[in-house]
Amino acid sequence: MMPLSWALVFLPWAGALLLVAMPRERPAALANIGVSALSFLLSLFLLGHPGGTQGWTHIDALNTPLVVLSFLIGLTTAVFSLGAIAAEGFDALRLRAYHVAFQVFMGAQALALLADNMGVMWVAIEIATLASVLIVAVHGTPAAIEAAWKLFILCGVGIALALFGTIILYLAAQPFVGHGDSGLSWEVLLGLAARCDPGVLNLAFVFLLVGYGTKAGLVPLHSWLPDAEAEGPIAISAVLSGLLLNAALHAVVRAKAVIGAHPGTVPPGPFLIAFGLASLLLAAFALWRRRDARRFFAWSSIEHMGLATLAFGMGGPVANLAGLLHMLGHSLTKSAVFFGVGHAAQLKGSQKTADIAGLCASRPALGWGLALAIAAVAGLPPFALFASEFLLLTEAAAHHWWLIAPLGLGLLTAAAAKIHTLQALCLGDPTPDAGDAPPRWTDRTTLGPLWVHLGLALMLGAALPASLSALLAAAARIPG
Amino acid sequence: MTFGQLPYDVAHLLGGGMLLLSFVLLYQRRIGAVINALALQGAILALAAAWQGFMQGAPQLYLTALIAFGAKAVLIPFALRALLRRFDLHRNVETALGIGPSLVAGVALVALAILVVLPITAGSKAIAREDLALALSVVLLGMLMMITRRNAILQVVGLMTLENGLILAAVGVAGMPLVVELSTAALVMMLLVVGGVFVFQIRERFDTVDTSFLEIHRGERP
Repeated sequence: MMPLSWALVFLPWAGALLLVAMPRERPAALANIGVSALSFLLSLFLLGHPGGTQGWTHIDALNTPLVVLSFLIGLTTAVFSLGAIAAEGFDALRLRAYHVAFQVFMGAQALALLADNMGVMWVAIEIATLASVLIVAVHGTPAAIEAAWKLFILCGVGIALALFGTIILYLAAQPFVGHGDSGLSWEVLLGLAARCDPGVLNLAFVFLLVGYGTKAGLVPLHSWLPDAEAEGPIAISAVLSGLLLNAALHAVVRAKAVIGAHPGTVPPGPFLIAFGLASLLLAAFALWRRRDARRFFAWSSIEHMGLATLAFGMGGPVANLAGLLHMLGHSLTKSAVFFGVGHAAQLKGSQKTADIAGLCASRPALGWGLALAIAAVAGLPPFALFASEFLLLTEAAAHHWWLIAPLGLGLLTAAAAKIHTLQALCLGDPTPDAGDAPPRWTDRTTLGPLWVHLGLALMLGAALPASLSALLAAAARIPG
Repeated sequence: MTFGQLPYDVAHLLGGGMLLLSFVLLYQRRIGAVINALALQGAILALAAAWQGFMQGAPQLYLTALIAFGAKAVLIPFALRALLRRFDLHRNVETALGIGPSLVAGVALVALAILVVLPITAGSKAIAREDLALALSVVLLGMLMMITRRNAILQVVGLMTLENGLILAAVGVAGMPLVVELSTAALVMMLLVVGGVFVFQIRERFDTVDTSFLEIHRGERP
């Protein structure tokens, strides 16, 4: 019997093998939904799992909600993809590449979150990167290849540096571990950290932070992200921004926990705060200059990853809870926005903000759904991001008063930019639809996932169930 | 084990040889010569891995050495040369920072690597810490090459020397688990970079992957 964590990795990969043999559009898209639904159902068993370490993987309160959310977004993205795929105009080869890469990505994402062994986690993040490069490049247009090339080179350097950090972290633990794989286990390292040489730990953290931080899209290592999310197939923006960034940030948080466990190291928190604040402020002002709707929301991902990083940098149970809630809420609301914006871009035949206007008048269901989703991403109540940002601000007021001004400036600037875009996209006079707009039924494959995400974001923000709240509270104690 | 003993000296010689070749990569003006230097660096990396395998009594490192030799000294240079011929690329190195300043910056980076690594690893064995300083130097020089060269093929070469530095670090740390798996996974990425160039037939883009060209596609300009 295969352990649950490995089953969650190999089920999507087996699905990828199945999808290799499916060259026709509709059956392949339906099979993709089937595999994603099975993976999601299987991931629900994690919620009842007692947890613990098994070989190279572990299940704990921190990775459980992230994995379940990943598979949920995988499923909703697969549903959205069913409607969006016709307009992409794939030939048989590209269609297969797209679906296979999607499932390979899902399996690697699960492994990246579930891995206890740092080496295995690194390999998983590398596989996820390679799969996302393939998906971004799948159109083969000059813009798509530029975006994929940039993703490849920048993230290639990023994960190479993360591997160097992994090697140095092992070097720190080497005198205390015996033979075998335990020297790369997060759990063993966490226990040993207090005895390791603090200087070596510091050096390891620098490389891990810069390496995985590149993958998490932190400023100044973010420049691959807007291109990748704007040029790939429309459905992919949702998983790129909702899942991949979380896996990378999760790795940074685990590294922070290990380094922070030694009292003699340079405290890792301020580094995270600096990266987070830089991301927040740069993205908040950059948002005002974007004319392309998908790029706009890609920049907003940079801002939100910055906020979550900032929260983990502050540390302590409350700020960590805010960071975790922010990751979950951002994944849900941002993928909802990408569903809406992607569908609107297909309707209008352009993803420029100026070409998409007046959605509420021409397509009321889509327009209002998208408007709510953008409001949720902007951090308006009662959605999850409001709760996490409120928590973050109160925590900053209590312990880091000097953070209030830059944090407030960034939050307000970014929220105002989003409201501005909300007005541009949803209100006003409608622009004409493109001649080859997708058929009416694709509204349902867009709006279904969008409302599911909004409903869950509402639940996270306003009415957190007691069991989930206990899980998140337990998770918030892990990063320290 | 210190200076003057054979295992230590040979390990240093090989690591130092890799660092020297990183500088060679920086000052070449012809892409063909850069590829030759990369192949030689790959071969020395294979020797270094094999020597560490012999010293540590770790037979799995011979496998790493074999894979490194096959891929980095033979296969990838061969593919890069085929790429040059087939797409008839510019044969000259186009620099964003001149050769002289690049070398000065390279020396500064090596000094930085030594200043960073040696003090903090004072507790570790001499061979591990000095190997790590060499490896970090190779990594930093690889990054420098990626930053200061305009041709995309040289950015790939820079990424590959960076990865060579990583493997040098990994084999130098005695008892590191999963070295073979990790080095193979890193290699797969390099093979895919080169393979991706073939599949997508990136031709003219090879000479113009710099930011000024990218902005046209960004949708930020009206």
